[in-house]
Amino acid sequence: MTKRDSDNPQGFSRRQALKLGAVSTVAVGAPAFFTRNAWAENFRNDPGNASSVTFGFNVPQTGPYADEGADELRAYKLAVKHLNGEGDGGMLNTMTPKHLKGNGVLGKKVVYVTGDTQTKSDAARASAKRMMEKDGVIMISGGSSSGVAVAVQGLAQEMGVIFMCGLTHSNDTTGKDKKRYGFRHFFNAYMSGRALGPVLKEEYGNQRQAYHLTADYTWGWTQEESIKNTTEELGWKTTATVRTPVGAGDFSQYITPVLNSGADVLILNHYGKDMINSLTQAVQFGLRDKQVNGKNFEIIVPLFSRLMAQGAGDNIKGILGTTNWNWSLQDDASKAFVKSFGQEYGAPPSQAAQTCYVQALLYANACEMAGTFYPPEVIKALEGFKFDGMGNGPTEYRAADHQCFKDVLVVRGNENPSSQFDLLKVVKIVPRSQVEYDPKIFGGDLGPYKV
Amino acid sequence: MDAFLLQVLNGLDKGGAYALIALGLTLVFGTLGVVNFAHGALFMLGAFCAVSLQQLLTISKKIKDPSVTFFDAFKETPYMEIWFGDAGTAIISYSVPLSILLAIPVMLLVGLIMERGLIQFFYKRSHAEQILVTFGLAIVIQELIKVAFGANPIPQAAPPIFAGTAPVGHWIGLGDAVVYPWWRMIYLFFSGVVIFAVFAFLRYTTYGMVVRAGMADRETVGLLGINIQRRFTIVFGIAAVVAGLAGVMYTPILPPDYHLGMEFLVLSFVVVVVGGMGSLPGAVSAGFLLGILQSFASMNEVKNIFPGIDQIIIYLVAVVILLVLPRGLMGRKGVMES
Amino acid sequence: MSIPSPRNDWILMAVFTAAVLAMPVWLAPIGAAYPDLLQKFAIFGIFAIGFNILFGLTGYLSFGHAAFLGVGSYAAVWSFKLLTMNVLPAVLFGTVLAGLFAVLIGFVSLRRSGIYFSILTLAFAQMSYNLAYSVLTPITNGETGLQLTLQDPRVIDNAISAPGEGLPWTELFGIKMSGYPGFYFCAVMLIIAFFISLRIFRSPFGMMLLAIKSNQTRMSYTGFNTRPYLLVAFVISGMYAGLAGSLLAVTDPLAGAERMQWTASGEVVLMTILGGVGTLVGPMLGAGIIKYFENIFSAYNDQILHGIFAALPDGIEAVVVAVTGLFVGEGWHLTLGALFMIIVIFLPGGLVEGARRIKSFFVRRSLRRHGIRTDQPVTRV
Repeated sequence: MTKRDSDNPQGFSRRQALKLGAVSTVAVGAPAFFTRNAWAENFRNDPGNASSVTFGFNVPQTGPYADEGADELRAYKLAVKHLNGEGDGGMLNTMTPKHLKGNGVLGKKVVYVTGDTQTKSDAARASAKRMMEKDGVIMISGGSSSGVAVAVQGLAQEMGVIFMCGLTHSNDTTGKDKKRYGFRHFFNAYMSGRALGPVLKEEYGNQRQAYHLTADYTWGWTQEESIKNTTEELGWKTTATVRTPVGAGDFSQYITPVLNSGADVLILNHYGKDMINSLTQAVQFGLRDKQVNGKNFEIIVPLFSRLMAQGAGDNIKGILGTTNWNWSLQDDASKAFVKSFGQEYGAPPSQAAQTCYVQALLYANACEMAGTFYPPEVIKALEGFKFDGMGNGPTEYRAADHQCFKDVLVVRGNENPSSQFDLLKVVKIVPRSQVEYDPKIFGGDLGPYKV
Repeated sequence: MDAFLLQVLNGLDKGGAYALIALGLTLVFGTLGVVNFAHGALFMLGAFCAVSLQQLLTISKKIKDPSVTFFDAFKETPYMEIWFGDAGTAIISYSVPLSILLAIPVMLLVGLIMERGLIQFFYKRSHAEQILVTFGLAIVIQELIKVAFGANPIPQAAPPIFAGTAPVGHWIGLGDAVVYPWWRMIYLFFSGVVIFAVFAFLRYTTYGMVVRAGMADRETVGLLGINIQRRFTIVFGIAAVVAGLAGVMYTPILPPDYHLGMEFLVLSFVVVVVGGMGSLPGAVSAGFLLGILQSFASMNEVKNIFPGIDQIIIYLVAVVILLVLPRGLMGRKGVMES
Repeated sequence: MSIPSPRNDWILMAVFTAAVLAMPVWLAPIGAAYPDLLQKFAIFGIFAIGFNILFGLTGYLSFGHAAFLGVGSYAAVWSFKLLTMNVLPAVLFGTVLAGLFAVLIGFVSLRRSGIYFSILTLAFAQMSYNLAYSVLTPITNGETGLQLTLQDPRVIDNAISAPGEGLPWTELFGIKMSGYPGFYFCAVMLIIAFFISLRIFRSPFGMMLLAIKSNQTRMSYTGFNTRPYLLVAFVISGMYAGLAGSLLAVTDPLAGAERMQWTASGEVVLMTILGGVGTLVGPMLGAGIIKYFENIFSAYNDQILHGIFAALPDGIEAVVVAVTGLFVGEGWHLTLGALFMIIVIFLPGGLVEGARRIKSFFVRRSLRRHGIRTDQPVTRV
């Protein structure tokens, strides 16, 4: 089979077929017959001979994470630009190893469609289906919650279209619910716990009583578990773990019991608006001015982002947490990305933007490596792929669970910001080796390559 | 005991917020007979009055951060501080209470425009159509706010003298363990004042008496030659102001975003109905009752016995009350029963 | 619409059937002819038709119908997980379980009327949602949603043949229930659902419900116990919601708690009012419009807008794109909200009423032209 046949199993254009006439219709069918079991078989939304290939960007455009989604979309647009050889190239200049040529993907121009996940599983799947069935996308990327990521990832597996997760932090995404067609560049709750451990010990010692407030759904539980295990290894005691309803708004009734519980650390396993509200209110209750057991009372938010820090205002100052990436990093790749994003949009990218941008590039690069858009081959190219120059240091897409392993940033809310964007200060870059784990601990099954 | 007292305080505080929102809603029900699904949006608009004033006061001189090269990052110093020094800083820090002054005229205007421009055409229409049009309005309002202010919550700080906690336990001789945020105490006090003011207005002014008479029997009052319609329009404006003030004062507790109204919408309806349709005292007492019960249900001791009870307590109480008392706590017969 | 008569009903049925089955054709020009959206049209059409049986006929406004949708979905997915991937048991379980759930909730809620009834149903649905999201996670899989896994027992399927390598598909005796076959399955269900609804509207039972709506007190004074009738209507309408929920699971085997949230209950209320309460086809129209906005309007982005307005001069084009951008893509909610207002302000009675007015306008004009007086009101369906 020639290369051309691999892109187009039919092997002949309609015009050629007509030229050959009725007798040779058998011959027209023949290449398809021969290739049926070869690796270039028919697959959903095969771009074939088309001059362009369509990516689907499925982000929250309405609802609480709309701003995060808007930033993700900006990053995707930038990625498409760079893939097509427009603009200054961004991380295409720093990525190693790189197979991308800046002429689209496999010579096809990249175009995109967008959709609104509303941060709801149903809406996200409906939008993803629209992209697959109507718009003919070859891959889907995006999302701003683990529920959505797991839901769309399941759909991706059923439909045979690769899904590159956006922001999702639950262990389940690449653990219990991992899928062959789903890939996550973002870090997870387990890694947050591992990375925070040493810093917590250094800052707050090993004699602490921790009180958890946890968003009552799967992401919250996995994070609570991960952080609890880490802190208990340090010698901390867990006073209580309390579940709070999602979107509770006012958390006062959960915060007052902390006051006299004997705990001297409050860990907020909340994200987004829940975190902004619970942190604001916890500070209002004077927790940070408190002395318990002869120590300063501390609040920890294991996962936070710059947008959340912005929403929490002064309350975030001095609070420790982890993040996937921050625009203040000084490596060449981060600088290149911040430069092109900043020049394009006049503001630095968020961590969600970075993970989405990188995901789009990684997918495109894998297609070039595989020499085809045929998903099983692209998946194999991504599995075990080791790369650098994408802003997180040397990184590996682990084959066993499709989780990226890379350094994790421990950050602190900046006490004295030098600008409106300078909200997080990197305390420590925890090396990859400290956050690695055995993929078996979370179970799950990737499923087959061919669907 | 400490924990119990703290939850009572929480409950009162929450209840104050619920009561304030429900009060406006039930005023509109009782007078105009309109199901206003945009009431939550009014609460949100009030909160954004505070945001606007804060942004106005902190219009800043921007000094470019030289370390950032690819886009413009600024160290911002508000002109208020440059011009007036510490006095400017102080004024900025009082932006939330100051926005009450802004919110009263703005919300009154919004209320009047809404009533004259839209609601008045829906008095005679079915409740279903009232729901659709006011829900549509609520979406439009919140989306416009999103366009103007973004989707991310915008933090609002309480004035520094109200930062920190009040030694409530010390005051009542229960030791220093019981403390409660000053701002929340202020909010509780404020909601009490507003509720009292609305009741006093309705009870002790002639104007209010006519309105009450109109609520009870619109036709008769109309036959007496009183322009009850104009008074009801004003009442709608007052309801908007009450919702708006509740929103303004709530901002230091809950950093507002464009979706804030929707989050309170369902809850405020539950409060109003549990209180009984058309009853102002009912709405207020239901607000406090649900607030306190919600706080108690969230105590670990209770949650350990009934897991998840804090998630459903409000609705559970609503069901029980409506089954025991057919018209809620103090509802009048025949109001919105068909 | 014209005067209801058996003959006219059969014509209506035939037109409806043809229109539904031909949806992939006539919806293509507006970009809505792809399986997932067509399935959603049919499914939410069923949901709204069922809701209308309760609200349109009895006037009881339930604000908690999404709970039945959710129960139907969960039951269907559990049927896929435990028994078989065949969709018939799933649909059956989903509908029946939702019906049982409706008996419970209806029995309690129907003790009250008016807004008290609405709040009772709302309370039950919100309790279901909150519990499904958190403490009932072992049954519902919480936020992530209930999905199929390779470890599911699927006793019937596995007794017949060995499980395959990947996740199985929902099927109807070997026909995959995704894509167009899935749509046609939903479409057939919709047609049946519509037919049953039509029969109910025309039946003595339907008349009884309408009588209750117009004056319940008078009905009770005649010594007539209205509650059993209301309960039956409530349960039928709950079963429609359960059917819709199980079809959601059939076309896409995932059940999430969000389906039970008050916003979902509110959505079906809006669909029904938008299309026209108490009319036969109105609720379906409303459902279609809301789903169309959700899926198509939200997908317009700058790139597409620039494409559409490319013919305009540059300066004007940028302005036009910026302004339209407010209403599509991330601004689709704004358009939807404005649409609700416009329709209810200018077309009291919803879309069907609007269509009727337009029709009667033309009819009157042509009658007037022929010198016929038009004082008599046009009969309403």
